Amino acid sequence: MQGGHMSHAESVFMHPVVLLISQRLTIGMLLLFAVSILIFVGTEMLPGDVAQAILGQAATPQAVANLRLEMGLNEPALSRYLSWLWGILHGDLGTSLTTQKDIATAISGRLYNTLFLAFWAAIIAVPLAIGLGLIAVRYCDRWPDKLISGVTLATISLPEFVIGYILTYLLTVKLQLFSPVSLMFDGMSLAQKLNTIALPVMVLVMVVLAHMMRMTRAAILNVMESAYIETAVLKGMSPLAVITKHAVPNAIAPVVNVVMLNLAYLVVGVVVVEVVFVYPGMGQYLVDHVSKRDVPVVQACGLVFAAVYIGVNIIADVISILANPKLRHPK
Amino acid sequence: MTRPSFATLVGMIITSLFILAAIFANVLAPYGLAEIVGDAWEPSSSEFLLGTDSIGRDLLSRMIYGGRTTILVAAAATAVSFLTGSILGFTAAVVGGWFDQILSRFVDLVMSIPPLILALVILSVMPTTIVVLIVVMGLLDSTRVFRLSRAVAVDITVMDYVEAARLRGEGTVWIVFREILPNALSLLIAELGLRFIFAVLFISTLSFLGLGVQPPAADWGGIVKENKDGLVYGISAALMPTIAIAVLAISVNLVADWALNRTSSLKGGRGA
Repeated sequence: MQGGHMSHAESVFMHPVVLLISQRLTIGMLLLFAVSILIFVGTEMLPGDVAQAILGQAATPQAVANLRLEMGLNEPALSRYLSWLWGILHGDLGTSLTTQKDIATAISGRLYNTLFLAFWAAIIAVPLAIGLGLIAVRYCDRWPDKLISGVTLATISLPEFVIGYILTYLLTVKLQLFSPVSLMFDGMSLAQKLNTIALPVMVLVMVVLAHMMRMTRAAILNVMESAYIETAVLKGMSPLAVITKHAVPNAIAPVVNVVMLNLAYLVVGVVVVEVVFVYPGMGQYLVDHVSKRDVPVVQACGLVFAAVYIGVNIIADVISILANPKLRHPK
Repeated sequence: MTRPSFATLVGMIITSLFILAAIFANVLAPYGLAEIVGDAWEPSSSEFLLGTDSIGRDLLSRMIYGGRTTILVAAAATAVSFLTGSILGFTAAVVGGWFDQILSRFVDLVMSIPPLILALVILSVMPTTIVVLIVVMGLLDSTRVFRLSRAVAVDITVMDYVEAARLRGEGTVWIVFREILPNALSLLIAELGLRFIFAVLFISTLSFLGLGVQPPAADWGGIVKENKDGLVYGISAALMPTIAIAVLAISVNLVADWALNRTSSLKGGRGA
């Protein structure tokens, strides 16, 4: 499974961590390949005709036939898929139907903007979620825990755009602290950029914070129920020391998993938040071209989003493999 | 059965009120759905309780009709999701073998992409009609119901009474509907509320992005989209549907939490 260059004797003595990680990478690559088939089939083989969908129901049969020819739709599906995949593997994502521009060029700048937004949201949300999770565990079933649980239950029940507009209304209209639209361009300094994205970052933080904090709390509580924690409590350690010395090292793996799962979820949250704040990222680009029925752009964006999502999940697996002491020191 | 708490009762009452408002929308709405009755964004008055929207339609009437669309589409999508997900999940657990393998790996594949992204990809080539929206949302969500149903059914298929039914020669259909379904039902019902909220949030998000329910028909996500430009001038019309979505989601959540706690052994993800 792990590449043909490796002899059988070597793979037997391969460190289990390397083995597990290469397994995860292989599965991830296979998954991404399967996703590319799914996206292609989803857009090109569903009952609707792509050319008809682009031109609308009023289009003449001649116009539809011309567009089919132009898009190469008369070729067999398999050869169209293979040439699409071949292009992607060489960094060619095709050209947009509506703007006739190269998709890879259009995406690269926007992908940077999206990752910039998601990065700052993650930098704020992760320590905050873990901190709040620890507080909730420390005061389990007392008022700080109940308060945090109540607030997070409320934010879990809201879609991203709802949080976005409520925050916009409060902070830009009522308190006039920020600008309601996040126009970002290349010439801005980092400080200006950060000020511009403050509001969307706040919304993204709220979107992932609740899930992340609840799952962190559950993961740590799970560790707290084990026998060595009971021993530590019985020998008279302070509650804080029990958490930092015994619970946290053992909770790292499940918490990392929780954090990465939610970072993957940021990918979805970012689509809606970008539309709310008219932010020039991948999400806005995707949504715009779905309504224009620009299929090549939608395929490319779908694949990029799926790749990021699967990539984050693989990183989560790799980190939890590395964080597991039983796997690090075999025998 | 545990007695419902105060919070659960509040959740039940508010949820029922929303459903009643959806059923009796025609009676309750003071004006028509697409009827232009005043100027754009008139403030709240005795004539228009919530004011008017971006092109002068009565906001309260649109909210009531919008609630009907949102609840109806979400309920229908949840029904599609549960019918497909549970029947396929139970069958996969009972039949096993390659049938189970193919379905389970396909579900893994679909769930490896965020549902919103996959929905956007599919909707780029499908006409945005209500039926298409319900089927796409329902089928995407059925992957989660499939996983839950399959996991529950795998536990049930090893029970003696299923073995007894097999030995006396009952077919797969009989076993799925007469042995598995009745025993898995309480767990599935607890999950129902969570899937319904997810469907409400999903259709609202799609409509907000302009890819869900199409104008002049209204749903809550669409009303936010129509009125969002007023927000920067301090016109709060766009906030009304967001509040409605939030209140409905929280009330159903309260009821679902109670149902979940009643079935103690349930381990179902609530999804993203």
